[in-house]
Amino acid sequence: MRLSKIFYTRGFRTFSKGFFKENTVCCQLLGLCSALAVSNKVENALAMGLGVVFVLIASSFLVSLLRNFIPSQYRIITFMIIISTLVIVVDQFLKAYFPLISKQLGPYVALIITNCILMGRHEAFAAKNPVSYSILDAIGNSLSYTYSLLLIASIREVLAFGTFFNIQVMPANFSPWIVMAMAPGAFFLLALYIWLFRITAKLQPEKEM
Amino acid sequence: MELNPLMIFIAAILTHNIALSYLLGMCPLLAMSRQTNTAIGMGIAVIFVMTITAIVNWLLYHFVLIPSGSEIMSYLVFIIVIASVVQLLEMIIEKFFPRLQSSFGIFLPLITVNCTILAVSLFMVLRTYNFWQTVLFSSGSGVGWALAITIIAAIREKLRMVSDVPQGLRGAGITMVIAGILSLAFMGFSGMVDIQ
Repeated sequence: MRLSKIFYTRGFRTFSKGFFKENTVCCQLLGLCSALAVSNKVENALAMGLGVVFVLIASSFLVSLLRNFIPSQYRIITFMIIISTLVIVVDQFLKAYFPLISKQLGPYVALIITNCILMGRHEAFAAKNPVSYSILDAIGNSLSYTYSLLLIASIREVLAFGTFFNIQVMPANFSPWIVMAMAPGAFFLLALYIWLFRITAKLQPEKEM
Repeated sequence: MELNPLMIFIAAILTHNIALSYLLGMCPLLAMSRQTNTAIGMGIAVIFVMTITAIVNWLLYHFVLIPSGSEIMSYLVFIIVIASVVQLLEMIIEKFFPRLQSSFGIFLPLITVNCTILAVSLFMVLRTYNFWQTVLFSSGSGVGWALAITIIAAIREKLRMVSDVPQGLRGAGITMVIAGILSLAFMGFSGMVDIQ
């Protein structure tokens, strides 16, 4: 099979749909709480992003595997139990190996449970599709969440603390923008990010305001 | 330090607003803030569910999880409690208050995945609140969230009549900007009361 043919397979399309075209943060508007709250520093964003990647891939695998055995009226609670078990694993892992990051993230690690990306992808995709495609969909979506988070976090960290990944990058006389470290900065940056993404991706604008 | 529960209540509404300073509950804040009526309905539903789940979770955490040494399971227990309380409220409203169903009941299923509800239970554990502190903290957070969504919805309604927002910024984008400005405004309250 020629390499160019890969781009037309269903697997690649499933992956790229979540990764580029339907970016989880910008287009589907999922997982915004954590995207705003933990994007103040790059290391926090990276830890959060990797946590979501792990939980989404593992839970999509399980949901897709069990999709024919879960009765539809109990599916939400089953998804919840699967997700929260995996989140406990992530939380304990962070507590054991990265206690500092775990402390900074605080309750936001546990809030992966209610991150709408997980529920959204399980309902829309994993509960209806075979395991292999569900995993590809999970990889695409979680990676697009991670790069959005890293992008916002790098701008915020440079402007708010003058550092990048805790390394000083701005000149010493740079006065930090305190507002970027706090909630309003996060709101404004995310609004800009959504705007830019929608212009470049040439998406249909929303009709209502 | 023993904090006065009443101070926690005011702090949770104004200075430490759960939506505007902890950035929680953004998904429903964007989705349900098109009209003031829906925003108020959602806000009231959140106040109720938040207070009830926080109380149930506090009791379970202190009388079941800690004595049995299984705090590690707390996330699982909390989320199951939230899902079942929502289900229970739904059934009660359907059976006893059918008139509320159309204005209030439709918002309940959405609340299970509202991160503010879980966050309040987690904060209560993290900050080691006692019973009365938990009651007032959770109801205050609910009121604060309802306040934020109602203000945003009212601004969006006005905005639709008078403004010409750039195409790509419509919908989610402009709501974020409104929330940002609102959060700047709420920062003016900081210093009134302090909880940590």
